[in-house]
Amino acid sequence: MFKNITLGQYFPGNSAIHRLDPRTKILLMILYIVVVFMVKQLSLFLLCAVFVLGVTLLSEIPLSYLLKSLRPLKWLIVFMFFLNVFLTPGERVLFEYWKVKITLEGLRQAAFISLRLIMLVSGTSLMTLTTTPIALTDGLERLLSPFKRVNFPAHELAMMMTIALRFIPTLMEEADKIMKAQLARGADFETGGIIKRAKGMIPILVPLFISAFRRADELAMAMESRCYHGGEGRTRMRVLKFMPQDALAALTVAFLGILIVIMQAFVF
Amino acid sequence: MPIVVSSLNYTYMPGSTQEYKALTDISLTVRDGEFLGIIGHTGSGKSTFVQHLNGLIQPTSGTVSVDGFQMADKKQRIKGRALVGMVFQYPEYQLFEETVEKDIAFGPRNRGLSDKEISERVRESMELVGLQHETFREKSPFELSGGEKRRAALAGIIAMRPKYLVLDEPMAGLDPKGRKDILNTIRLLKKRTKCGIIMVSHSMDDIASEADRIAVFNGGRLERIGTPGEVFADSEALLKMGLDIPQVSRLALELRQRGVEVPEGLFKLEDMKDFLLRRLRRV
Repeated sequence: MFKNITLGQYFPGNSAIHRLDPRTKILLMILYIVVVFMVKQLSLFLLCAVFVLGVTLLSEIPLSYLLKSLRPLKWLIVFMFFLNVFLTPGERVLFEYWKVKITLEGLRQAAFISLRLIMLVSGTSLMTLTTTPIALTDGLERLLSPFKRVNFPAHELAMMMTIALRFIPTLMEEADKIMKAQLARGADFETGGIIKRAKGMIPILVPLFISAFRRADELAMAMESRCYHGGEGRTRMRVLKFMPQDALAALTVAFLGILIVIMQAFVF
Repeated sequence: MPIVVSSLNYTYMPGSTQEYKALTDISLTVRDGEFLGIIGHTGSGKSTFVQHLNGLIQPTSGTVSVDGFQMADKKQRIKGRALVGMVFQYPEYQLFEETVEKDIAFGPRNRGLSDKEISERVRESMELVGLQHETFREKSPFELSGGEKRRAALAGIIAMRPKYLVLDEPMAGLDPKGRKDILNTIRLLKKRTKCGIIMVSHSMDDIASEADRIAVFNGGRLERIGTPGEVFADSEALLKMGLDIPQVSRLALELRQRGVEVPEGLFKLEDMKDFLLRRLRRV
């Protein structure tokens, strides 16, 4: 049941993209999202696509792997597409039957929304695919650390994220074990109405919660007995440092943004 | 009728990068009412193997049949599973109900038994594991001690009256008293119900004294299967596999190395005591 879930979808590698500073990647991802939202012309998504493909090539991630990250969203994309096809008001009617009307404007809007979604998801998954969860939280902590002055708990937040990520596989394994144990006692998770099924989850959820709390307790104890007391005065084994290639990456994304702005202003 | 496993193979996550062959070509038969001990190193595939016995895992190839029910078939599996009780490692983590009584009743209730039958079985299995019915039945399972929790979980399986009881390291993490309690319960259960026991354990002494036959797993293969006499006769092979041997076998081995002629097949404390006494008298 839990075998098909791939969380923290890091794809191991040592490409130029993998080696970028996580802070660069986080910031550039935000910039990229802004750029995608600036696109007003359908054809300009081509530029974004070229960018995504280029980064994919550089990162040495198989394209099929990237497409996999779109799979959970396929129904959302299909739904958005048809919603826009049927509900966008327009003049140029292509097809009409009873109350169903398909217009050129609707079709264009639908393609636009779906493409935007695809570009957003594929671009942002490139970041999670090339950055380990640890590096990601590390980068996030450093990016948020200026806000520490106004008492923002940057370190604590990053630590919580790290721990949460660390325990996802453990808890999934645990859930699998408990599920098997209850199955062996004749529990039934698959038949019956929605209420019966929801009730059927109780024998899994109660032990799972208890073990999660127990683990949290034990971890807190283990951390404290190793003198953990928050981020103050902590040094790091791996110190993040911006490199020339980070600047290069930033320039590339900025160039993409400027190109799109210019083309929208002058070409169209 | 027995549990028959024939040429079973099992591969974790086939086709992925994490593909791992856990079991290779396992064939064995668990006879009615026998006590089969399963020993093997960590990662030798014992736990994976025992989960096949009630169809929680389906083999990649090969078959498992329980009293003639094919575990690969969905309908037959339900009938087969009802015959095989499964006690996982650390079974106390499956407790979830408000009271011990309700938790033990979970299995029988899933079988659709009558309330009268259920309460009878709860009482009986609590007595078998040594939890006093009156004292414990209204308690929350979460306020019991570690050993008591383990016994309550065991009672939950026993209450389903399995024909075969699979136990995956039932004594792990318990203190000596807790270990003895569990072992006594298993003995008592076997005597009373004549059910078959399949027990995975790291304690060679327990296995040597209780099991009718022993299966040795090594690297996903069934290395050998036989009576304790046969298996422990070749103590050196077991040691080479990184396994422990019963203390008595170890003593026999040491004695032999020092030139004392110790007969083969000595692995029980009683037998060793008799032998040594006889030998000392002769000297």
